[in-house]
Amino acid sequence: MSNGVLVFAEQRDGHFKKAGLEALSEGRRLADKTGGSLHAVVIGSNVQGLAAEAGHYGADVVHVADNAALAKYSTDGYAKILTDVVRDVQPAVVVASATAMGKDLAPRVAARLGVGFASDVTETSVDGGAFTVVRPMYAGKAFAKVAFNRAPAVATLRPNVFAAAAPDAGRTAEVKAVGGVVVDGLAAKVTDILAAAGGKIELTEADIIVSGGRGIKGPENYPLIQGLADALGGAAGASRAVVDAGWVDHSYQVGQTGKTVSPSLYIACGISGAIQHLAGMSSSKFIVAINKDPDAPIFKVADYGIIGDLFEVVPRLTEQAKALKAKA
Amino acid sequence: MKIAVCLKAVPETDTRIRIAADGRSIDPTDVKFIMSPYDEFALEAALLTKEAKGGEVVVFGLGGDEVPTVLRDGLARGAERAVHISSAGIATHDPMIVGTVLAAALKEYGPDITFFGKHGVGGDNQAVPSMVAEHLGVPQATVVTKIEVNDRAVRCEREIEGGLEVVSTTLPCVIAAQKGMNEPRYPKLPAIMQAKKKPFATKTAADLGLSAAQVGDAAATMTITELRLPPARQAGRRIEGDVNEQVNGLLSALQNEAKVL
Ligand SMILES: Cc1cc2nc3c(=O)[nH]c(=O)nc-3n(C[C@H](O)[C@H](O)[C@H](O)COP(=O)(O)OP(=O)(O)OC[C@H]3O[C@@H](n4cnc5c(N)ncnc54)[C@H](O)[C@@H]3O)c2cc1C
Ligand SMILES: Nc1ncnc2c1ncn2[C@@H]1O[C@H](COP(=O)(O)O)[C@@H](O)[C@H]1O
Repeated sequence: MSNGVLVFAEQRDGHFKKAGLEALSEGRRLADKTGGSLHAVVIGSNVQGLAAEAGHYGADVVHVADNAALAKYSTDGYAKILTDVVRDVQPAVVVASATAMGKDLAPRVAARLGVGFASDVTETSVDGGAFTVVRPMYAGKAFAKVAFNRAPAVATLRPNVFAAAAPDAGRTAEVKAVGGVVVDGLAAKVTDILAAAGGKIELTEADIIVSGGRGIKGPENYPLIQGLADALGGAAGASRAVVDAGWVDHSYQVGQTGKTVSPSLYIACGISGAIQHLAGMSSSKFIVAINKDPDAPIFKVADYGIIGDLFEVVPRLTEQAKALKAKA
Repeated sequence: MKIAVCLKAVPETDTRIRIAADGRSIDPTDVKFIMSPYDEFALEAALLTKEAKGGEVVVFGLGGDEVPTVLRDGLARGAERAVHISSAGIATHDPMIVGTVLAAALKEYGPDITFFGKHGVGGDNQAVPSMVAEHLGVPQATVVTKIEVNDRAVRCEREIEGGLEVVSTTLPCVIAAQKGMNEPRYPKLPAIMQAKKKPFATKTAADLGLSAAQVGDAAATMTITELRLPPARQAGRRIEGDVNEQVNGLLSALQNEAKVL
């Protein structure tokens, strides 16, 4: 693995995504294991300033493609640049984040290179010089160990799983401008971004998630769930029953046909714990269940269980959590 | 308009996964297969596009004996014809190979637009649509919650963290459907009967001009060397008492034991 590791370091609006910093940090750890350099690729508009920050997170060389036409994501524009840099550097491993952007981009780049791809990776290792990964299948009901048969191996890393390192402001990287960027006539362009209301924390990136199930009885009670999430500085989620009833939008759904999440803390309120829901959240570090049915299957996976009425427990919990934050 | 949909047959979502004797795949005994849930949105989007713009819908599925039922479901809901590509001799564990094979079958048809599910439930790769788009040399929009087609212009909304991206592109293109894009219809009994008479082709890799060297195990770009079940989560501690005691007990456990607050 002499040519090292290459990380697509995702930024939006001139800031690295948390998942992008996680990918850089994991890239650094992999490069250390294999002895090669860590190359970072930064694509966007007015992103020159990010090169130094990539260095702080461990990049040895930062390839920057800076162009007004790259301000918004486009599969073909970004895929062309990333593929060109990969062909130039010839790394053993290419890593991106399993985000909306990375999941769209990485498989297209892998197909263009004709190499192996693994998505949503939760563990990496270097065994006898060979790079292998572990990825969940069946929404986390099984884990596959994957070996790659051609270089470079391309993988996307699941957000919130790999630790972001502490930045070292003393570390510097070599910066290379990516020349000859062709961005005319992009076949598909992002022409607009419609932000969700009120800067809410994205579920897949949240460290704490509070989810509500059918036990909340109706949409008028969802603010109870949102309120606890806000008090804890986390994001609010839901079971499919709540989404299908139209109480909240599908972007809130956790589970096999919703989002797979791995927060430090997952609090399930009025959720029974159907297999499809568990599939999406059982890799959380700690699970709390609040349910009035002592036999609810959710208790089988919960680290802490409260048998009780969520309409009594959740408001009290929110109040106490707020008091705790106020003291801190 | 020529419209294609790729439908994947996947284990029912409530399947309890057991590992097969080879230690690398799931034990298929008693596993029931269904159309991958996101593919239902892809199929519905295809049917709605046909109804608005005219044309036909052809459904494609790569796999073994589990595939025909899913393709017939597609015919019953309104597709004109189905193409089953037999997985014999094809390394279907590798999304790259699946993409190569589906692209070859799609090229024979020459669709204006091809719909996929956002991801195939089970394999959870979320890779095949991007890979097929690359092989066909056409633009893509993935995780799409809304689509409008006007002549050759296509406007999509795709889900990103905290919002939506509006993607503007043109036909031909590849679209991967996210839940929320539409409400899938269910087939009615007469349509299920009629579907049995609709054209249904079965093809092999060789029929598509693909050799074992291109799509067999030796061509696989990745290998699953081991499949294992996650360590079972242990049921933890019940926090007893009245509501105040429960809440205080929980917060103290989260602070002092779990150290997550
Ligand atoms: C193809 C397919 C895909 C699916 N994908 C998903 C998915 O991605 N995510 C998902 O979540 N589900 C999914 N499901 C649905 C899943 O099978 C369950 O139906 C769903 O998770 C149930 O949601 P729930 O727990 O909110 O509701 P219920 O099962 O109805 O549970 C409600 C719970 O609330 C408790 N309760 C009621 N009142 C109170 C109260 N006052 N205080 C405390 N507790 C109370 C009850 O004891 C009960 O346990 C899928 C199903 C299928 C078929
Ligand atoms: N074997 C297959 N046959 C038909 N379509 C498939 C197959 N595998 C994947 N697809 C399509 O590609 C989408 C994404 O699958 P995946 O990349 O495997 O998560 C699915 O929702 C299907 O539309």
